[in-house]
Amino acid sequence: MNAMLDTPQSAASPVIAGKNLVKEFPVRSKGIVRRKIGAIHAVSGVSLEIGANETLALVGESGCGKSTTARLLMNLIEPTSGEVLYEGRDLTKLSRSQMRPIRRDIQLVFQDPMASLDPRMTVFEIIAEPLRVHGLFKNGGRQKVRSLIEIVGLNPEHRNRYPHEFSGGQRQRIGIARALALEPKVLMLDEPVSALDVSIQAGVINLLEDLQDELGLSYLFVSHDLSVVRHIADKVAVMYLGKIVEEGTTDELFSGPAHPYTQALMSAIPLPDPRKERARERIVLYGDVPSPSNPPSGCRFRTRCQLFQTLSEEEQAKCIEIEPLLRSDHAGRTRAACHYAEPKQLV
Amino acid sequence: MSDTTVNRFENEAITTTERSQWALITRRFFRHRMAVVSLVLFVLIVLFAFVGPWVWTWDHRLHPDQLPSTSTGPSLAHPFGTDASGRDMLGAMMKATQQSLLVALVVAVGSTFLGAVVGAVAGYFRGAVDSILMRVVDVLFVIPFLVIAAAIAGSIDGGSKWYHMAFILAAFGWLSTARAVRAEVLSLREKEFIEAARAVGGSSGHIVFKHLIPNTMSVIIVSATLQIAFAILSETTLSFLGLGIQPPDTSLGLLIQDAGSAAAFNDEWYLFYIPGVMVILIALTINFVGDGLRDAMDPRQTMVRR
Repeated sequence: MNAMLDTPQSAASPVIAGKNLVKEFPVRSKGIVRRKIGAIHAVSGVSLEIGANETLALVGESGCGKSTTARLLMNLIEPTSGEVLYEGRDLTKLSRSQMRPIRRDIQLVFQDPMASLDPRMTVFEIIAEPLRVHGLFKNGGRQKVRSLIEIVGLNPEHRNRYPHEFSGGQRQRIGIARALALEPKVLMLDEPVSALDVSIQAGVINLLEDLQDELGLSYLFVSHDLSVVRHIADKVAVMYLGKIVEEGTTDELFSGPAHPYTQALMSAIPLPDPRKERARERIVLYGDVPSPSNPPSGCRFRTRCQLFQTLSEEEQAKCIEIEPLLRSDHAGRTRAACHYAEPKQLV
Repeated sequence: MSDTTVNRFENEAITTTERSQWALITRRFFRHRMAVVSLVLFVLIVLFAFVGPWVWTWDHRLHPDQLPSTSTGPSLAHPFGTDASGRDMLGAMMKATQQSLLVALVVAVGSTFLGAVVGAVAGYFRGAVDSILMRVVDVLFVIPFLVIAAAIAGSIDGGSKWYHMAFILAAFGWLSTARAVRAEVLSLREKEFIEAARAVGGSSGHIVFKHLIPNTMSVIIVSATLQIAFAILSETTLSFLGLGIQPPDTSLGLLIQDAGSAAAFNDEWYLFYIPGVMVILIALTINFVGDGLRDAMDPRQTMVRR
């Protein structure tokens, strides 16, 4: 235990890393036999690294596998293949009982603060639960819960109340307090503010930033809101249909997104200046996300890609046949998975 | 933060003390008037059944040599009257209530506990565990209850006692509870707070007992109150068929049975109505107590909040 704590974490070595994570959910036939007739490719070969005291944002539209990736990194669901490295150990190979002590270090904050709190427990019980599960409640747990309630900015006098008696922002603070109870090193934030009003989002985001400074936490911040991501993240990875299409530091990515999908996302960020807003280039994507049970060959984005339509037939053939890998040998500063990546200043 | 909010916090600080979950539930229960009245009444019935026989001079047995050979109506010496075979009905009622309560409570507790655990486990683990447990339930459901009860009761030497009855009834009573709880758990297990408990490192046992069962409490309490009515009625049925509790022991069902349905309309009305009213009283009080408990355990019930 002590050895683990004493190991200095240099900025270079990641706290937690996922390597080539793949998760396929089987699609089964109806009837008694329930043969496997296909698979939903939720996550297809995602690699991520989060350093100490660092925020990595995972961005993408609904159903692209962001939340699944976060749960894979926590070992809450078992990956089809790939590994998760935490303190030199592959979490995916650990048994349930071996995993238990590690659960203390990696905690999850959920998107929907109502659904993720047990309606029959008081706030006090909800926040005390992780401590009880790990047998830490007897040693000053009561005091600890009280201070956690204060840390996340709730009134400690409300500890006897039930989740339904709170507003959305307050509930999310309860969820954060619960995640902090075990003094984790890594916090997986699964769209922690997308269910909240904009006015309340700011409060929760600032709370998360303060906590990171005080406690030295690492965040995986799953979101589809690029404005929030720009504010909070150090690094950003953009996902589309189970794959990372572009990654880089927040600066690199926002100054010159090179992947057409990232460009489309960026062009949708609202700008506060109406004159700029009117003059800007807007990239509108048409059609739906292809079914993850049968993803397109080659580049998965080609079916909706605005760049693909402007390419010659030969160039298109490359997109259809060859899967683009993340590469940095293009004009921009990011790593983009596109054969014809070219940075574009958009925001 | 403005001055007024600070003041408000401070004011609340005086009034709110930390309470455990159980303290909160008890407090809410005691705000439910009908439930409290019923609880008091039920406790009185329990005292009547268990302390009464120690106080009252007559027991439930026949005393043809000391009592008249015809039934006599209520009097000071025999407040509930006597019957034709020389039995003091107050003494008989005490014993009968005691036996019926024992059967009803053991069945309610046993079958509800078993049903809740089996249902929650089946619903939570799904897959093979679920299939096996639910097939067991299905098989038990299609076996005619009376045939099995008769077979078991008939093979007990010296007639069945209350615990035999309780065992037989509980062995069948848990089936419906298990089904109801499983259905509820199937939808609950997909909720995020279950995943949250797993993310925190909670074991399956922790999740089943701390999250799933508390959240199915309303279903469980409703089926427990139904179990009690079921137990008293089935015990009566079995006694009527001569398979239940046997004389000289007695139960409420047996007393009603002895009185015969004709007694309801003639001079021996007290032989019929007194045990009948007792059955109703037990069922009613338990229902109200169950209602109160269910509301007290559901924090979203705002009815009795201040």
